[in-house]
Amino acid sequence: MTEKETSLSRRNFFKNAGIAAGTLVVASTLPSFNAVLFAAVKRNTKGPWYGIAIDIEKCIGCGTCAKSCKIENNVPQEPFFFRNWVEQYTIRKDGSLKVESPNGGIDGFTQSVPAEEIEKTFFVPKMCNHCAKSPCVQVCPVGATYETEEGIVLVDEKYCIGCKYCIQACPYGCRYFHPEKRVVDKCTLCFHRIKKGLNPACMDNCPTKARISGDLNDPESDISKFVRTKNVYVLKPHLNTGSKLYYNALNQEVR
Amino acid sequence: MPLHLKRLLMTGVVIVSLFLLLKHALTPESFGQYGHYRGNSMAEIAALPAHFTGNQSCVSCHDTIVTMKSESYHSELTCEGCHGAAYKHIESPKTEKLIKPDTNEFCAKCHSINLARPEKAIVQVNIKEHHPEKNCIKCHNPHQP
Repeated sequence: MTEKETSLSRRNFFKNAGIAAGTLVVASTLPSFNAVLFAAVKRNTKGPWYGIAIDIEKCIGCGTCAKSCKIENNVPQEPFFFRNWVEQYTIRKDGSLKVESPNGGIDGFTQSVPAEEIEKTFFVPKMCNHCAKSPCVQVCPVGATYETEEGIVLVDEKYCIGCKYCIQACPYGCRYFHPEKRVVDKCTLCFHRIKKGLNPACMDNCPTKARISGDLNDPESDISKFVRTKNVYVLKPHLNTGSKLYYNALNQEVR
Repeated sequence: MPLHLKRLLMTGVVIVSLFLLLKHALTPESFGQYGHYRGNSMAEIAALPAHFTGNQSCVSCHDTIVTMKSESYHSELTCEGCHGAAYKHIESPKTEKLIKPDTNEFCAKCHSINLARPEKAIVQVNIKEHHPEKNCIKCHNPHQP
């Protein structure tokens, strides 16, 4: 019997199948990620621990957030480069789903599906979730992207080699390759504004105050009250990313 | 020790010390200060200038308009949300002018009918039927709508 035949033997097949099944059983007993339980624990003993909240019931889809972000952070104005954007979800009466985001919502939305066909429709603003267990940070081969002690995920543009692995790793699609700097760029939660005592540009300029950010450690902060009083949900909790972007009134159809 | 082992050892020592020297030379100053990243990059990002300056910077010159707006339905809106970032305008107000959005499409970004907009959150009009030939701001003052 040659070596190759041995590796494909029945014995080996059952052995490998047993290992795979055992791993699945053990993995299934692990607790799944629960965003509110996660927020309840003080994660930074030295200072603030930033989180974000978006109230879908207040969003009117004007796109001011996306526009403000591009101005504040010198994001290229041409389409498809966004640090944050707005999507319109439309569930039709025939059970199909349409998701659209023309120019990230910057030019506003025109209802593209006739009213009589619509079962339900709503806006979903999206941005970096500033995850506490960020997949993007874990895959960076050079340590150019990192989570600060305050829970903000940043990119060191002098150190980034532009391999784009983090763009692939982000399950929320929140990173893009900057065409001029030739490095990866993403939302910094307006780190430069926070450090000056200002709010992020998208949150300051939101006309309905649908988005807020703040210190999850401080029980009196707006964000802590939001998490306590609303029915909050994070995107893709099964991926265990430690997302800190809490949505109020988020439908399960949102991916 | 046989000669060939000595040579091997010497080569090993040279390679390891070269690696250590290179690592020392190539690692940035603040790398590892807080974690597996360059600590100084945080300060570099924090030092970037803020473009949006906030309503309080508008009051000193445009106080009547800011007061008018603060008592209107648009009280929650920031000036720069419609007019754009004011950081250049504040430094040279004569030359760096802000935008005055006056098209019906601009108003429609918030006020056109869309079933996704929460009804209670905002007044919505059918812009194709509600005086489409007129400019919105001819009748509605955006600072006192």
